[in-house]
Amino acid sequence: MMRDITLGQYYPVESPVHKLDPRTKLFGTLALIIALFVADNVFCYGIAAVFLFGIIAVSKVPVRHILKGLKPVIFLLLFSATFNLFLTPGEELIHFWVFTITKEGLIRAGMMAVRLIFLVMGTSLLTFTTTPNQLTDGLERSLRFLKVFRVPVHEIAMMMSIALRFIPILVEETDKIMKAQMARGADFETGGLIKKAKAMIPLLVPLFISAFRRASDLAMAMEARCYHGGEGRTKMKPLKYRTADRFAYVILLVFPVSVAFLRVFL
Amino acid sequence: MIKLERVEYKYNEGTPMEAEALHEVSLEIHDGEFIGLIGHTGSGKSTLIQHLNGLMRATGGDIRYNGESIYKEGFSMRDLRSRVGLVFQYPEHQLFEIDVFTDVCFGPKNQGLPREEIEERAREALSLVGIGESYYKKSPFELSGGEKRRVAIAGVLAMKPEVLILDEPTAGLDPKGRDEILGQVARLHKERGMTIILVSHSMEDVAKYVDRIMVMNHGRLVFNDTPRAVFSHYKELEEMGLAAPQVTYIAHALKEAGFPMETDVITVAEAEEAILCTLAMEEER
Repeated sequence: MMRDITLGQYYPVESPVHKLDPRTKLFGTLALIIALFVADNVFCYGIAAVFLFGIIAVSKVPVRHILKGLKPVIFLLLFSATFNLFLTPGEELIHFWVFTITKEGLIRAGMMAVRLIFLVMGTSLLTFTTTPNQLTDGLERSLRFLKVFRVPVHEIAMMMSIALRFIPILVEETDKIMKAQMARGADFETGGLIKKAKAMIPLLVPLFISAFRRASDLAMAMEARCYHGGEGRTKMKPLKYRTADRFAYVILLVFPVSVAFLRVFL
Repeated sequence: MIKLERVEYKYNEGTPMEAEALHEVSLEIHDGEFIGLIGHTGSGKSTLIQHLNGLMRATGGDIRYNGESIYKEGFSMRDLRSRVGLVFQYPEHQLFEIDVFTDVCFGPKNQGLPREEIEERAREALSLVGIGESYYKKSPFELSGGEKRRVAIAGVLAMKPEVLILDEPTAGLDPKGRDEILGQVARLHKERGMTIILVSHSMEDVAKYVDRIMVMNHGRLVFNDTPRAVFSHYKELEEMGLAAPQVTYIAHALKEAGFPMETDVITVAEAEEAILCTLAMEEER
């Protein structure tokens, strides 16, 4: 049940996109987000579509798999599209009862929907092609300049990767404890809200205890290996830009610039 | 009696990631039997036992409890779960109440029994696993590993199941804790006539206690016979990543070395007798 979350699960295939440096992909996602917010006409979205679907094609992640990740945002999507559709003033197209659909509204709703869909697709493409560890590595390296402002970048990145690492473990643990309590006659499905909330106690207490136990085991294991924060810590596989990354950066620069250009001159 | 008819279980059925965990498993578990279930990690034994109390639903085949199909409409899974008690691996991880006694009461409380009955059953279950009254008001988290596990087993026993399934009840315990738990399980079988299914990795444990062994491999039931008969296939067992009890190997080694030994020994006591017997024969000659 909890395993059906596609949003953000690494999709293991070999592709040039998977092999890119995580920093390149992070900046690529940033470029896509900026371009999508700058875009305001069909041509801009056209370029964004070419950019996005081009990367998807190279990444070898099936489009269907990426579209599955859209499920959780469908409601948000419909919500914002509907509001834009009915509440934008302008040239009237259809009018019935209190609802008016305008040409501007139609265009805006469409663009809004495309923008949201592209945003979710782009960001999920990042997590499909980058393992959580690579991602935090990339973030740590890219945000290292914040150290000047005494932001503990390494520690935050370490916490993030540990948290991500624990998600599947805790999901599995939840499943196990749930079954164990069901074997003792616990009922998680029927009853009102209060009864259901109460039924969670036999699940949550052991889950918290196990999370704390795992955390303290991990802390012990880290100490045993002399972990003492990021000071002077080197990496076994330091991030390094390769030719493919340089090539990707050229596209990443050309893309938002051309979108901005189209917005200004069209 | 539990009867499985060609039970199949597939993960992610109908998707490209389909994987078969059980393949046409047919077997019978009679009342009052003590059965050992062995198999390598991933052989499907945990999946199998979760079918027996309806926690997992077979994708093919049928399971009958006392002749009645558990997948029949209107069959109460909750009722089945109180008749077939399942103790998971590391059951101490499911403890959650403020004290030992209240935790053991959780199962019978879910059965909707009156309060006196609940407490009566909890007391009985705790005494069955050898947890004295001085422990009742202690937090389950203050106990030692072995004690925690016994409390957790009592939590299932308090539901008075007819069949008790234990998944690796001795994993992670020291030899003393292991012997205590297995001894108590054997007593439940002998004194109460409870049907018991013991999932284990330890061939010694299984050989010592059970009447029948079922061996799982790659989702199939490969052997289903008395321990002596199953362990005579020790070469095949090895190919599955399992083994026979160590004394079986010693007996075979002695025989190969030229001693006229009985080789179907499976416990230390039997091996001792067989060796003494052989030595006596040697002396006579």
